Amino acid sequence: MTADIAAILAIDGIATGAIYALVAIGTVLIFTVTRVIFIPFGDIAAFTALTLAALDAKQLPGTVGLVVVLACMACVMEVTSLVRAGDLRSVPKAVFGYLVLPLIVVGIVWLTMRFSPPMPVRIVLALLLIMPVAPLLDRIVFRPIADASVLLLLTVSVALHFALVGLGLLFFGPEGVRTEPLTSLGIEIAGVQVPGQTVLILLAALIFSGLLLLFFDFTLLGKALRATAFNRTGARLMGIRPARAGTIAYLLGSLMAGVSGILIAPVNTIFYDSGFLIGLKAFVGAIIGGIVSYPGAALGAFGVGILESFASFQSSTLKDVIVFSLLIPVLLWRSLASQHSEEEVEE
Amino acid sequence: MTRTQIRLIVAAVIACFVVAPVVLNPFSITLMNYIGIYSLAAIGLALLTGVGGIVSFGQAAFVGIAAYSTAWVSALNGYSPWLGLALAILLTCSVAAILGLVTLRLQGHFLSLSTVAWGLAIAFLFGNIEGLGEHNGISGIPPISIGPFALVESWQIYFLIWAIVGVVLLVCYNLLDSRIGRAMRALRGGNTLVESLGINAFQIKLVTFVIAAFLGALSGWLYAHLGRFVSPGPFDASMGIEYLMMAMVGGAGSVLGGVVGAAIVTLLKNSVQDYLPLIAKGASGQLEIVVFSALFILFLQRARQGIVPLVAGFLPDLKLSRPQPAAPLPHREQPAPGTLLLKVSGAQRRFGGLVAVNNVSFEVRSGEILGLIGPNGAGKTTMFNLLTGALRTNSGEIAFAGRSIARDQQFRIARSGISRTFQHVKLRPRMTLLDNVLLGTYSRTKTGLLAGALRLNQAEEASARYEALRQLERVGLGEKPFELAGNLPLGNQRVLEIARALAADPTLLVLDEPAAGLRRQEKLKLAELLRSLRADHLTILLVEHDMEFVMSLVDRIVVLDFGSKLCEGGPAAIRGDVRVQEAYLGGVA
Repeated sequence: MTADIAAILAIDGIATGAIYALVAIGTVLIFTVTRVIFIPFGDIAAFTALTLAALDAKQLPGTVGLVVVLACMACVMEVTSLVRAGDLRSVPKAVFGYLVLPLIVVGIVWLTMRFSPPMPVRIVLALLLIMPVAPLLDRIVFRPIADASVLLLLTVSVALHFALVGLGLLFFGPEGVRTEPLTSLGIEIAGVQVPGQTVLILLAALIFSGLLLLFFDFTLLGKALRATAFNRTGARLMGIRPARAGTIAYLLGSLMAGVSGILIAPVNTIFYDSGFLIGLKAFVGAIIGGIVSYPGAALGAFGVGILESFASFQSSTLKDVIVFSLLIPVLLWRSLASQHSEEEVEE
Repeated sequence: MTRTQIRLIVAAVIACFVVAPVVLNPFSITLMNYIGIYSLAAIGLALLTGVGGIVSFGQAAFVGIAAYSTAWVSALNGYSPWLGLALAILLTCSVAAILGLVTLRLQGHFLSLSTVAWGLAIAFLFGNIEGLGEHNGISGIPPISIGPFALVESWQIYFLIWAIVGVVLLVCYNLLDSRIGRAMRALRGGNTLVESLGINAFQIKLVTFVIAAFLGALSGWLYAHLGRFVSPGPFDASMGIEYLMMAMVGGAGSVLGGVVGAAIVTLLKNSVQDYLPLIAKGASGQLEIVVFSALFILFLQRARQGIVPLVAGFLPDLKLSRPQPAAPLPHREQPAPGTLLLKVSGAQRRFGGLVAVNNVSFEVRSGEILGLIGPNGAGKTTMFNLLTGALRTNSGEIAFAGRSIARDQQFRIARSGISRTFQHVKLRPRMTLLDNVLLGTYSRTKTGLLAGALRLNQAEEASARYEALRQLERVGLGEKPFELAGNLPLGNQRVLEIARALAADPTLLVLDEPAAGLRRQEKLKLAELLRSLRADHLTILLVEHDMEFVMSLVDRIVVLDFGSKLCEGGPAAIRGDVRVQEAYLGGVA
């Protein structure tokens, strides 16, 4: 391997790493606020890419159907539980939040599509359309068992991923997509050609993680989220509703995953089931950061990206084996490094 | 239900299984074959996940290793499938042992995540190794032959599969009812509990993990020779979660649940395949996984317990007979009263900048009850954890019976004769009183894995059971030895913990706030019990908050305050000590 090749591989790895970093940050966000290890984030990223591709092709994206179905389910569940609790006054608000709002989003997309909007608008539409998915899934799948152990939540999360892959095929079909590049420019750094797309990916990753940081540090909502992550009971006593904090975390996490999906779509062909590997690799990065630290998760994700890039140069067939085998020593190191209290007991 | 009734039911079930191939059509027999094969993998997972509390998403990978091993041996190299079985078991168990050694120290969800990782890595390997047919798999696997008879027809291999399932079920039930099996059942109570009983928790986890892989290997071997073809698909991550689903739906705590779960999932899958095309043409393959995952999520939300425990709840209880007198277990010689038993010198423990225990020294002499008291935050619990090995000292020395224990692991300290109880009671609520106390006899008995699984050491088991009953009677809980521990009121749960500690035949009993949360009557009874133990020359160290309880009971008191020893002496002297009054009441008016 020459220095040139190493440089190209490194640049490639950093670009992939930046994409994983966005998903990894979303994963950490969800885990700290809700204790759910949200494996399906990769699917959210892949669905965003598929949505954008459908919009590019002037077709109604499958996400529309997905959102409508999920919104109906979530609305029925929320209203049922409100009626059971005798809290009839909250019903209109619940219907608005869980049904009308997602339908408004769907309506906007449907209407805007008729005017063949330019690329930036299509990207915004794709992101808008994908954002309700995770919060709705949260309401349907995780809210009823919010107090269960991390382990049970993880099991449910893995099952949910498989359900989403199936739904992905149903709503998006088996064809892979590759969207048009966002930029065709390129720059040269120290004799190595760097594609504009790579620069864009890095910039987007930096901007969105920076925005998240600002959100956490300078807004009341961000602080409420951090408080919930730190201590759920304490936050509840301060008038913060963990369920609402969870919804916001899912929205923000979806935005991060969605952005990563849009960034990756021009570089890799995305299929309905591509999300699993993106999600899991991002997740390996998140674990390197102990699934609690944002900078740790981002750094870990970059590490995974670079490792993957070099591994695929050595043996393209075994790169996934190498990446996932890496998780075991990392987990071991994490578990030895952190002091654990007695594990939860579940009967 | 009596044992005879159960034997009759089992005999009837076996008869049904023997007759089944005559009655059923070939398709149903094939279905039964797959149910049997999946059962084996699911039983392994029931042991690992349900009994041991280790949620694994990687069982399919073990099944795959075995299937590929035997395919390589028999199809690619032309040797006998039986040689394939040998390699399958050897390879699968070795891989499991190595993975276990590396990952089983991980805790909770980290451990489960690691199973996702290696499960995926192994599944990717199958599709990418040239010698194993890559994504095309290996075809032309020969059938299993017993002597000159090749098991070609599905009804022929049916008998082999279900005979293996039957034997596995029997052996698993025996195992869970033996010394090692009880240790496995205790794993869900957490490491501190398990180690406090003198059990090497890591070793037991590793054993459970390898057993699960072994059952996966049997399943994979049969799978390869039933379908006569292997490809990466049936061993990927989605199959891993399907096995988990089988184990959990059936009732993760029970081995029979593995079979029931495998049957339900397989039949359900089959009917979903039949009916989904009627609803949605073309997309049925993927809808299947949606329906399945949705059902699984619904199940996890609503009925985590599983089917077998649910049904068992409606059946009449099994009538168990009280343990009969048997030869006593080996007994430790108690040291002569007054000899030095435990010596703590200059023990120190820091947490970051906080010194929780600072240069504390005291002694415990044989035959006395020593109380360790102090206001909140005095370092009592930390001191207790240092003694029992739950925490390590930063400096200083702890010697028990003349031997240093400051660097020992918890289970070694427990085995050397220090038994403990817990401030927050740690019992296995779904095990009987007798089984809970039997856990205490672990360090005094020897029955290994195989002997337990094959019921070869019934003499020792009888002795252990009688000893457990004796300890239950000693603390006054001998009335209903088959009651579930979770049904006892808190006071009796604490007493049960003491019985369990006594069953280990300790020289030193250390009690962590035994009176916390007890009513007055219960406290009086507890004090009475502890006095009777002292009369039997047992040495007791107790950490306690309740002054009245301590003062009326102990011989000597050591007072801690802000991590340091304030003073020590008899109850009267401590009561009159100005420094103690100041520490507790903030100065004397």
